[in-house]
Amino acid sequence: MSWTKKVLRINLTKGTCKSEPLNMEWAEQFLGQRGLATKYLTEEVPPKTDPLSPENTMYLITGPLTGTMASTAGRYSVVTKSPLTGVIACSNSGGFFGNEMKCAGWDMVILEGKAKSPVYIHIDDDDAQILPADEIWGKSVWEADEWLHAKHQDPQLRVAAVGVSAEKGVLYAGIINDLHRAAGRSGVGTVMASKNVKAVTIRGSKGVSVDDPKAFFEATTAAKKILAENPVTGEGLPALGTQVLMNVINETGAMPTHNWKHSVFEGASKISGEAMLEARDTDGKPNLTRNAGCFACTISCGRISTINPEHFSVQNKDDLHKSYAGNSGGLEYEAAWALGSDTGIDDLDALTYAQFVCNEQGIDPISLGSTIAAAMEMFEEGFITTKDTDGIDLKFGNAEALVKCTELVGKGEGFGAELGQGSAKFCAKHGHPELSMTVRGQEFPAYDPRGIQGMGLGYATSNRGACHLRGYTVASEVLGIPIKTDPLETEGKAGLQIAFQNATAAFDSAGICIFTSFAWSLEDVAPQLNAACEGEWTVERLGEIGERIWNLERLYNEAAGFGGASDTLPPRLLKEGATSGPAEGKVSGLATMLPEYYAERGWAKDGSVTKETKARLGL
Amino acid sequence: MKHVIIGAGPSGVVAAEQIRKLNTKASITIIGDEPEAPYSRMAIPYHLIGDIEEKGTHLRHAKGHFKTLNIDVRNARVEAVDSTNKTVSLNNGADVSYDKLLIASGSRPNAPSIPGIDQAGVHSCWTLEDARAIAALAKPGAKVIQIGAGFIACIILEALARRDVDLTVVEMEDRMVPRMMDNVAGNMIQDWCVEKNINVFSNGQVMEIVKVDGDHTFKVKVKTPTGETELDADLVISATGVSPCVDFLADSGIEIDTGIIINKNMETNVPDIYASGDVAQGKDFCTGEYAVQAIQPTATEHGVIVAQNMVGRKGAECGGTINMNVLDTMGLISCSFGLWQGVEGGESSTLVEKDKWRYINLQFEDDVLVGGTAIGMTQHIGVMRGLIQSETSLGKWKDRLLENPLQIMDAYLASTHTAAIR
Amino acid sequence: MQMSLVIDANKCTGCLQCEMACSYEGEGVFNPTKSRIKIFPFHDEGIFVPYTCTQCDEAWCMHACPVEAIVINKATGAKEIVNDLCVGCKVCTIACPFGTVNYNADSGKVIKCDLCGGDPECAKACPTDAITYQDANWTGYDKMKDYAAKAVPAS
Repeated sequence: MSWTKKVLRINLTKGTCKSEPLNMEWAEQFLGQRGLATKYLTEEVPPKTDPLSPENTMYLITGPLTGTMASTAGRYSVVTKSPLTGVIACSNSGGFFGNEMKCAGWDMVILEGKAKSPVYIHIDDDDAQILPADEIWGKSVWEADEWLHAKHQDPQLRVAAVGVSAEKGVLYAGIINDLHRAAGRSGVGTVMASKNVKAVTIRGSKGVSVDDPKAFFEATTAAKKILAENPVTGEGLPALGTQVLMNVINETGAMPTHNWKHSVFEGASKISGEAMLEARDTDGKPNLTRNAGCFACTISCGRISTINPEHFSVQNKDDLHKSYAGNSGGLEYEAAWALGSDTGIDDLDALTYAQFVCNEQGIDPISLGSTIAAAMEMFEEGFITTKDTDGIDLKFGNAEALVKCTELVGKGEGFGAELGQGSAKFCAKHGHPELSMTVRGQEFPAYDPRGIQGMGLGYATSNRGACHLRGYTVASEVLGIPIKTDPLETEGKAGLQIAFQNATAAFDSAGICIFTSFAWSLEDVAPQLNAACEGEWTVERLGEIGERIWNLERLYNEAAGFGGASDTLPPRLLKEGATSGPAEGKVSGLATMLPEYYAERGWAKDGSVTKETKARLGL
Repeated sequence: MKHVIIGAGPSGVVAAEQIRKLNTKASITIIGDEPEAPYSRMAIPYHLIGDIEEKGTHLRHAKGHFKTLNIDVRNARVEAVDSTNKTVSLNNGADVSYDKLLIASGSRPNAPSIPGIDQAGVHSCWTLEDARAIAALAKPGAKVIQIGAGFIACIILEALARRDVDLTVVEMEDRMVPRMMDNVAGNMIQDWCVEKNINVFSNGQVMEIVKVDGDHTFKVKVKTPTGETELDADLVISATGVSPCVDFLADSGIEIDTGIIINKNMETNVPDIYASGDVAQGKDFCTGEYAVQAIQPTATEHGVIVAQNMVGRKGAECGGTINMNVLDTMGLISCSFGLWQGVEGGESSTLVEKDKWRYINLQFEDDVLVGGTAIGMTQHIGVMRGLIQSETSLGKWKDRLLENPLQIMDAYLASTHTAAIR
Repeated sequence: MQMSLVIDANKCTGCLQCEMACSYEGEGVFNPTKSRIKIFPFHDEGIFVPYTCTQCDEAWCMHACPVEAIVINKATGAKEIVNDLCVGCKVCTIACPFGTVNYNADSGKVIKCDLCGGDPECAKACPTDAITYQDANWTGYDKMKDYAAKAVPAS
């Protein structure tokens, strides 16, 4: 129990929806969600497959805890081969879509091939249909959501959809579920649109059972108590959301600013979580209306926000969706830094507006903000001009430029289509690949590795390109979880990063949110899994599963052509010292950490996975 | 104080219990003319299906319930009421005197004037006795003809279908459940029945029931819009509606229209005589007029209020009851509330999804809900009653409901519970 | 001392822990569609409203039941469905003006909040105290009763 043990395989080319049993042998080895879908991908999609071809396959998958009462257990992941990076894409989302899939009786929905014309998938418990979506092709996620709800007349229908950006080939388009939760990174939405799939809608009424209810209640109740009593998950995140980090990271001297030229942003406090609580002059309301929880989440870091009704971004625009005048999913830290400090913009409403557009059109705000920031640097350096930018005055700090660029990327039009190729392709095209702040083609998240050394190693080795959600050593280096380490120090960071990477893979595969790991270790996850699932699920076993997943992802990427040689950082981080703050003068010590990391991973000196390691992990 | 209650149905029993609650010393007598313990007709179909035993239809289950409450339940038929001497006379020759009398004699099935209606093998479905007779004749494969497709007719359909009989329904009006369902809904229910292999003749009329020798008991002549036809039958069920049981009141001086006319205190024109439930013509909340509502909720609500009046509590007025029904026609659940036909100058909002067997229609007067009909909805449907009876001003939510009537629960919460979303 | 469920919509984050706790207690499965308490999200307004039975005194559902299948639990004051007696006639679902008694087609019977026998699982599962179980005397219980009185005149 806890897996439904059923997979819905949809072949869009043939127009078939078939039920098949979940491969339980693989589930035993890879648990669920990220790990299990990776196993399916590596078995079914050759590593050199063109990500936007019908031969690529995408896996929408839940974990064994998804749909249960375990805190945060509403997650699902989308695994496929990324068009942005060429390596594995694995994007994880909350909201209420994953639990609904599980409740409908499916562990996983597989999308294969390509439909002849736009379609959406409608799942009502056992019944799955491929239905025409011509009427919503070319519409935003929010419009599609409305249309689908009206069509099925079911307020509890859960919708995951792609926006216009994905249809137009923006390479970092995400899949948005429940209007503002996103499987955001690596272009999983682009892959879905390439298959002519506009949306997946699910209604489940079957429910989810666990193996040992009594033990499960005890384990989940104890675990929830830990979250409630932890200062990060019990106070910081509910009150300020992920934006609790804005001022903290800025003070650490790791706030990427002006395309990573600097690592302290003067305007940080104006776009921080605290700023979102301050009442506006115009309507007397703060930016933040309230915090909201994803399914089963007892942390509830989600932000429900409004835009200042008098802000320029919402003036004189007849085509704006009504939600711009009301509440919707507000700023997260990763969006705030990328759209804000990286572009030098400290206009909270402009950032909130851009976030809304990202939600409405299904854009990853990290890649978007970073790409705009890189373009801004190129503009200021004279490498591109208003001729290239559709006349936009692309200077750092120009909020109107951000708003315009975001709208254009959302529609995949003009300069927006170019920005939509991501910073690596954009910078290369204009002759300055060194200005792209990416690893394996994916834009960095919000932590300057010159000020938080462990993160540099994490970005360089991350299996989905630069990412904070693969090994969040910020927890240790800044917040002291589970033990405080010196962020400026490289020593010991290889082991720390490996421990975080392995544990994270296990968390991700269980069906819970990685934010629980601020308070939980695998010691807290294991009893919940053990009660929910058949068999013995120990901390050791989960650790091994995490390591197995990491190595499997690595092997796939190697075979796709992204091995050790791509484990690097842009020259700026390796050569230019931080300009101010606690890390002033520091560069990333990647060169020191990487060999140590390979050795501790049991990999060869060139970063390839050795036979011995493969054999040890049963790969 | 001697309280006498004529009728052992829900209204009479609830009234008796409420009187006891308010006055521990009063003498309370219930007179019922059926030999059973007080039971609910609502439950008969479930007994026919076999979901419950006969005792599952009983209104009260605790052993010695009425005895414990010191309520005297007598099995007898009341033949007359003498309001001058304040007595009722029973068919067993006894007279019972009262200080306060409640007439809750309920209703009885109409007997349509069809030749042959009055013979063995033709039954109403109203009493437990009827149920026993139907159960005996409705054997698998038996041919059953049901006259009428009203509320009672529909709830026994499943019971009959589950007994694997070959079932035909003949309804005089143009659709099923015409007194409770609008055109769309009535036809949707009819389509549902046809899909479940029930023959339905709407606009049909049974002309004659003739006993014959042969494989089947009867030949039934049916007139339909397209002509006349003759059907075999082993059992004929007459379910053509009900009327108040008032014949025993002929010389009592009690004013009777369709039912017994009562005032807002539920008293008849004769002092100290009250009426409640199916037999009473009480105030309709929606129309403000006095009409018979032969429904369970009205029977029990009347019972509560009439008891307060009988013990002399001041201010216990009946503000009016809402006509409402919920019906399960072989798994298709429908309901209607209040002025579901709409009001002049009002507005309505409709959603029809034939493929999903779902329908909702809301009727408004200004921004107040006054009626509603739904098919295929089972969650939170009571809020329709709540909104109608509280006469809640829906404000902007009325416009939202005009766009999408399924938002009824949101409209309800927004208008009644949460100031921020009103 | 009578206890009652007290709901504060302003504290609700919409996480549905209550719905899962309720469905598990009632049906043995994590399934929000089977919950007796429901969260209604108002997206544009940014509000989540938890909603369930207020256990009103002269319960409409209880009086309307033709077979005495809704009874008062003397210890908790809850109006409880007696499954063995409920025939599934659904009269209570239209009689309750609050819409908190619902028909469950799977079981052929109705379901409603029974306060879990005096230890409501929803309140225990709620991480933000949007749902609490309190002494009825110093809660908003009276307010709810006022509403009940206003909603349905007489009696």
